[in-house]
Amino acid sequence: MNHNIILALPEVTLLILIGGIMMVDLFSAPEKRADRLMGLAVITLLIVGAAVYNPFVEARFAFNGMFVVDGMAAVLKVAMAACLLIGLLYSRDHLEKRGLFTGEYVMLMLFALLGMMVMVSANNFVTLYLGLEIQALSVYALVALQRDSARASEAAMKYFILGALASGLLLYGISMVYGATGSLDIEQVAKSVGFSQGNTALLAFGLVFVVAGLAFKLGVVPFHMWVPDVYHGAATPTTMLLSTAPKIAAFAFIVRILGDGLAGMAGDWQLMLVFLAVLSLAIGNIVAIAQTNLKRMLAYSTISHMGFLVLGILAGTNNGYSSSMFYVVTYALTALASFGMILLLSREGFEAENLEDFKGLNQRSPWHAFLMLIVMFSLAGIPPTVGFFAKLSVLQAALEAGWVWLVVFAVLMSVIGAFYYLRVVKLMYMDAPVDTAPIGGNAVAGSLLTVNTFALLLLGLLPSGLLELCRRAIAASF
Amino acid sequence: MTFQAILFYLFGAVLVAAGLAVITVKNAVHAAMFLVLAFFTAAGIWLLLYAEFLAITLILVYVGAVMVLFLFVVMMLDINFAKLREGFWRYLPVAATVAIVMVVEMALLLTSKSFGLATTAAAPAADVSNVKSLGRVLYTEYLLPFELASVVLLIAIIAAIALTLRTRKETKYQNMGEQVRVKAADRLKIVKVKSEVDEAPAASATSAGEGSKS
Repeated sequence: MNHNIILALPEVTLLILIGGIMMVDLFSAPEKRADRLMGLAVITLLIVGAAVYNPFVEARFAFNGMFVVDGMAAVLKVAMAACLLIGLLYSRDHLEKRGLFTGEYVMLMLFALLGMMVMVSANNFVTLYLGLEIQALSVYALVALQRDSARASEAAMKYFILGALASGLLLYGISMVYGATGSLDIEQVAKSVGFSQGNTALLAFGLVFVVAGLAFKLGVVPFHMWVPDVYHGAATPTTMLLSTAPKIAAFAFIVRILGDGLAGMAGDWQLMLVFLAVLSLAIGNIVAIAQTNLKRMLAYSTISHMGFLVLGILAGTNNGYSSSMFYVVTYALTALASFGMILLLSREGFEAENLEDFKGLNQRSPWHAFLMLIVMFSLAGIPPTVGFFAKLSVLQAALEAGWVWLVVFAVLMSVIGAFYYLRVVKLMYMDAPVDTAPIGGNAVAGSLLTVNTFALLLLGLLPSGLLELCRRAIAASF
Repeated sequence: MTFQAILFYLFGAVLVAAGLAVITVKNAVHAAMFLVLAFFTAAGIWLLLYAEFLAITLILVYVGAVMVLFLFVVMMLDINFAKLREGFWRYLPVAATVAIVMVVEMALLLTSKSFGLATTAAAPAADVSNVKSLGRVLYTEYLLPFELASVVLLIAIIAAIALTLRTRKETKYQNMGEQVRVKAADRLKIVKVKSEVDEAPAASATSAGEGSKS
């Protein structure tokens, strides 16, 4: 029996610190509570980020092979903790003005991080599933916490019911895989699939359900129905949380299940992923054009970006995985900046979530308009922003794997997609402002947004560092 | 036919009948009771499969806890069943088609050789305890999932409390702490009222009376 608990140090630390926050929340005077919660949450995220292991050593296992610490897990854990930290700094003011900055909000957020960290480090279907449930349950509750908003309650209900259904599908698929291979351990499953020892009909049947469940979690077409409603209905900080770190975790989840466990069935799942990618790219980009609400537009934009992510994964090569990893990390950074801008422009009793609210932003504040311009360019994939390099590397990987028509299709779709991102730019620079209130916002959040946006530009000019990191992390993991 | 086979068919028949009754009886409470019966017979079938731990858990968890909660909900909610049944005949053709397709598909799958369901697992030796071996792997091999499941429960507690515990403005609840800490000065307020005897004695007398009352 080899537990090797020390390898799970970041997760254990996080859980203990969450418990500490719970106690502090209970015994703090109401007027001091928010500051203490904020301070503790920031410290927790910094500690957890620092506790992650060196990514460049070979994979090490803990808890009888249920838990793995490898390059991919280490890099993604740091990325997720960073996403949460930046998101928290952006959203504190917004939450506080709406009475949502409570101990529960902070705790559930950190619990979601715990679930995601377990997901990226899981080496067994049971651990993967439990990590997913920890994350999903926390996020359902986070969406529902805004009890006074009918839209948030509706979004939470839809998300919860569809999410539970997807978990059921996934679990059903996993049970089939277990039935066919006789193991839940990812290495064992990979071995018996590789030697085609298992029952292939049963395995293929299970695979369909697994892919459907994963597709729902990632929010790709045709399992995307929840995405626009939840993005629109949830409070903006929750939407921001939802569109950043969980996407990173979902990437790791898919690579672990499909790329690692069911690698022997790549021929089967590649076709399914092609279907998902084509539909997501088409529907995400085309339907986004019709949106007038920025949060809904970003929801459809997420769907199309996840289509790109799937494109890298379906290449089925290390190069594909590493470019998808680069894609998802930089996408999270871009999404943080775009939602951060919405949060910065919102104020008490007003949400800057409609496209109209961005009209004439250049006249109100040229600096903010310029930052938003970079973010939109990055989402659209226009050089020299990082969005361009992310798309380029994913397309290269897909091209190497021989999916020429798919690459052509993806490029066409992203050209269509560029329209609605550039429309925001047009509204900001060429229209007269409707809303003339001064732009306030917290100085910390404002400067962080500037840093975040310039990181998009910097990574676009010098992408090789992060790209190399992803490449080495994936190479160390597979 | 062995005694076990007879038991299996008996349990199976009761299970199927109870399952049918769950979806056909009109009274929701009766349906819930039939579901309890279905759980009991399913537990009996699991016992025949040497899965005594699962059988006990099914009765303890589902019959003991879940169904009781379910009955509470059924009794507390005022559901208009007539409205729920509306359009039953209208949707029946579509629903029946879907159901038949599913039954045929399942029959094809479950009977096909490729699923490997024809083979059955060998019965375990008589001295193997299901509970003991489950307990052993749960706390050793499956330690991490076990701990993670506890985190899931903790999140459920926090989320449920955060979503339901709200101070509503219209509720008139008593704050015990404040009641205990009350001082005499808070209860009785002495207001000095200027006497206005000089001007109009009769009018001032009534206004002073009103002042002391309020």
